[in-house]
Amino acid sequence: MFVGVDLGSRAIKLSAMQGGKLVDFKIRESGFEPHRQVQEMIQEYEPCSVVATGYGRHLVKEYFAYEVITEIKAHSLGIHACLPEATTVVDIGGQDSKVISLNARGQVINFQMNDKCAAGTGRFLEIMAASLAYPLGEFGPAALESDQEVQINSMCTVFAESEVISLKNRGVPRQHIARAVHASVADRILSMLNRVGYGDTIAFSGGVANNPCIVEMVRRRLDNVQVIVPENPSIIGALGASIQAGRA
Amino acid sequence: MNAESFEIKAYPEMWKELGMDVERFDKMRLMLGEIYRKTYLTQKNRPARMVYFDGMIAELHGGRIKELLAAKTEGRPVIGTFCVYIPEEVVLAAGGICVGLCGGSQGSIPDAEKILPRNICPMVKSAFGFKVGRVCPYIQVVDFVYGETTCDAKKKTWEILDTMVPTYVMEIPQMKKQSDREMWLHEVKEFKAKIEEVSGREVTVEGLNKAVKVMNDKRRALQRLNTLRHTKPTPISGKDVLLVEQIAFYDEPVRFATQVNELCDELEQRIAAGEAVPGKDAVRIMVAGVPMALPNWKLHNLVESAGAVIVNEESCIGTRYYKDLMAEDGKDMETILTDLTRRYMNIDCSCFTPNDERIEQVLKEFRESGADGIIHYSLQFCHTYNIEEIRIREACAKAGIPYMFIESDYSPEDVGQIQTRVEAFLEQIRG
Repeated sequence: MFVGVDLGSRAIKLSAMQGGKLVDFKIRESGFEPHRQVQEMIQEYEPCSVVATGYGRHLVKEYFAYEVITEIKAHSLGIHACLPEATTVVDIGGQDSKVISLNARGQVINFQMNDKCAAGTGRFLEIMAASLAYPLGEFGPAALESDQEVQINSMCTVFAESEVISLKNRGVPRQHIARAVHASVADRILSMLNRVGYGDTIAFSGGVANNPCIVEMVRRRLDNVQVIVPENPSIIGALGASIQAGRA
Repeated sequence: MNAESFEIKAYPEMWKELGMDVERFDKMRLMLGEIYRKTYLTQKNRPARMVYFDGMIAELHGGRIKELLAAKTEGRPVIGTFCVYIPEEVVLAAGGICVGLCGGSQGSIPDAEKILPRNICPMVKSAFGFKVGRVCPYIQVVDFVYGETTCDAKKKTWEILDTMVPTYVMEIPQMKKQSDREMWLHEVKEFKAKIEEVSGREVTVEGLNKAVKVMNDKRRALQRLNTLRHTKPTPISGKDVLLVEQIAFYDEPVRFATQVNELCDELEQRIAAGEAVPGKDAVRIMVAGVPMALPNWKLHNLVESAGAVIVNEESCIGTRYYKDLMAEDGKDMETILTDLTRRYMNIDCSCFTPNDERIEQVLKEFRESGADGIIHYSLQFCHTYNIEEIRIREACAKAGIPYMFIESDYSPEDVGQIQTRVEAFLEQIRG
């Protein structure tokens, strides 16, 4: 069995492959001591080779993974396996966002990653959703239904939150504010896409790809580009790691 | 050097006499010693001659300071600097000593931010903070600080630094037209007059020719080291070469050149024996961009911890300091000073516009170093390097050179992100 684990800032994702096929996957909240959690999660697949990715990859390597790869490589492998037509990957995770450019064989040729702050990440959306009293799962759909766009200017999580509060206090309906929050993230993704350059098919991966509003707003900002989302975007990194495990 | 017993030596009596904040400085000394031990002394298969440079770190706050104080009692001035534009030959010719001042550490930045704006270059803040906090023995020893006009943050900070330590400012033009050359030569002459005034010694043709020889020998030794590390596989880690380059800014130049040459002799033997650091297949990275003042080992440490090796620094701490030499045995003062100005004007700092020669230089060093990719490294708020980066990136794209840009400061808070980016860049190169 070939197992990939993606130790992200918000969740641990696991993908198990056999004979080149995905046979199982799991998603669990990161919590504390992620290496122990992973140890529990992989038990049922023993004997297996494990490749780790994500922020906790080096921690896991000390215990049982035989190889670590970065999220950039993992998401590229994962997307190339399920959506081979994509030559650009947008991965928005809990703590960072990345745009990756691939060649036809799925190899990384260039990438951009946000810097040290939470701007434009899943965490940013979480904080904004909380400040507008939306459960996370309803945040994107609600924003998608809004027909009016107000403007949020700051991408800094702290400043954007105070902008949200001042919009609330001007009586702007929360759905419109939610829309503005999503628009600001989409604009940021666009600027990263423009820096890296993109092909005619862009694939989303990472947890934020589950948010329909983000995907739709990016799609609307691009002409003649196909924007696609894999069936289960959260596990793409883990999937890529399990593919790597099968290669070695 | 024994990693367990390594420590940076303490000289509390001397520090007290220098007017330093002894208690705080002693804590910084222990921290730096620990970082050095972890970063440097855990490396495997280091060249044996690195022991001299380990010793220079152990005596960073003591042995070298004693030498400077002794020189001062002989009437030799000590001039502190943060820039490779200081005409060192002129200082040496008057019996003076040049030292690079502290400016590479996060520890002194809160001191600076009590006074300076937060959103300026970390090197300027760090350097200024060392004086405010009285935690750099070098700035306590100097007769004056040589400042220049290579960026706005520096030139306006000099005005405030001057209230704490005498700060002499030499104007560096922003273009390289004939009128700028004339102005620069004039500035060099004024600097010579200043040195003569402070030292009470005349700068003679004979003295200057001797100084030119000393500086050329030192720069040649560094050139030799850089050429040897370009060998595939490389016989020395990038971290170790960076350390040697950093020590170049405060060590006695003749002794330093001798030590670097002895290290080079050893490297030649290692090359002949096929000894490689860290391994034969390590990805080779060239760094281009801003200087890394001691103890800024952040990028080198991340890159080399990820299994790659750094084989070149296109930087003020690297080739920009030693790639150009002066003509020796000049016949008269005017000829020597004109040649000196020519030599210093060849330094391709991003403060100049246009600065096409730097783009060429980066590509040339990439070819010579046998690197597999380039990481452009800039400090936050360093506008000239951060904007010039665009042109370097375009040149690399055109030449098909794998390239990545990192903008950072001295704080450890972005280490996780940079580590991921560096590792992904190495994966990209390995294919």
